[in-house]
Amino acid sequence: MKHLKEEELIAYREGVAEQRAAISEHLAACEECRGELQRIEAVLAALDTLPVPEPGADYGRQVWKEIAPRLADKPGRWWQVWLEPRRLVAAGAVMALIVAAFVAGRFTKRDGTGDNIASKEQVRERILVVAVGEHLGHSERMLIELSNEAPNDPKQKQVDISAEQRRAEDLLQENRLYRQTALQEGDAGLASVLDELERVLLDVAHSPGEVTPAQLETIRKKIQVRGILFKVRVVSKELQQRQEATKPAPAQNESTKRERNKV
Amino acid sequence: MNRMQPSADSTQAIAESDAIAVERTLAGDRDAYRVLVERHSHNVFRLAYRMTGNRHDAEEVVQEAFLRGYQKLGQFAARANFGTWVYRIAANYAIDRMRQRQKEESRREAPRVQDADGIENDPLNRVKDEAPTPERLTQSLELRKQMEQALAALSDAERTAFVMRHWEGCGIEEIAGVLKSSSNATKNTVFRAVQKLRRALQPIVGTRTQARAMGTES
Repeated sequence: MKHLKEEELIAYREGVAEQRAAISEHLAACEECRGELQRIEAVLAALDTLPVPEPGADYGRQVWKEIAPRLADKPGRWWQVWLEPRRLVAAGAVMALIVAAFVAGRFTKRDGTGDNIASKEQVRERILVVAVGEHLGHSERMLIELSNEAPNDPKQKQVDISAEQRRAEDLLQENRLYRQTALQEGDAGLASVLDELERVLLDVAHSPGEVTPAQLETIRKKIQVRGILFKVRVVSKELQQRQEATKPAPAQNESTKRERNKV
Repeated sequence: MNRMQPSADSTQAIAESDAIAVERTLAGDRDAYRVLVERHSHNVFRLAYRMTGNRHDAEEVVQEAFLRGYQKLGQFAARANFGTWVYRIAANYAIDRMRQRQKEESRREAPRVQDADGIENDPLNRVKDEAPTPERLTQSLELRKQMEQALAALSDAERTAFVMRHWEGCGIEEIAGVLKSSSNATKNTVFRAVQKLRRALQPIVGTRTQARAMGTES
């Protein structure tokens, strides 16, 4: 008896076999092929035990809450494909380059000697460094304030964190943009920290506006376990140093030029 | 396959109701889109989680899929099933996200501190009738790790094809549409995925099955 190929058994198991009836017939008569099919099924059954977390009964509402502010009044028509976020990001990057080139050009014209020319890359990097630095500062402040939240009265059953939650929602959008930009720029270290920060911001943004002291403690612990405040501070410091390093040197005044010409 | 299969009547009713919501959204009633988001978010999340392997990325995929769906809704008008359409958008974005994640991981020097999903995903939580002895816990965690590694080792196309076919019960044509491939090539991709998973996991799964049969596993 000619046995079934592994390909046929897998196709049969996954419901995509063409000659299903013939395979069934063979399986009914052949113990060896039945055994082989059982071994395939055991692997697939084990994979079926891999759980998918339940996102919660109000998950649909949460998704709507997240995306609603980002939706235009009317959905896109065909020409609006050109206004998709990724195309806008690309257009933004091009605009940033043009601005950088313009700024670099101005430096070049003023100086005229070839020294102290701020390269396009430096200017572009500075724009990112300054913006991300500010974003990290805002995030750090929000997380510190959240960590310091406490009920005004020990008997109080709920703590209002709605202000931090709203800030986390705003910061989350910014964070995604900066993370994607950092990735495009090939800055994996910065992208990695922004990725971790995003997870914390996501947790806070998805928390209820009022939490019990126990829930607040859980949020605090998550922040502590991930060491995110420390990482944010380290990256902020690093960004400050990068900002200093990429600052163009002050333009030479006439007297310094004269001094140099004497040498 | 785990996908809940609704009855033909309820599928038809949902599709009709979706079509009305799409029409109203296109006419400028933004709240009508909310109905679609709330109705399909869970399904899209499940697909996204299985494709990306973590909650954080899955949530991003869900949001992005509905945002893109809204932006492209004008192109959808002639189609019949919004659920399938947004599913396809999510699968495509999940593939992009997986590729991006692979790049990130390969660049990252330090290992991740802790998985965001933690213990709640432990397969043991689903096995309530067996006592979680330390040995079982170790074995289950080890098996889960091996399964996750085996899934992660699949190519993006193989993982997509396997998730969509095995877990989500999608048709071969639907998967072929996402993979931009032919039906035959897609069937081969499903086959390769299962074959690779089998090669990676059968030695472990086989040992466990044998141990259970002999009563040596606690």
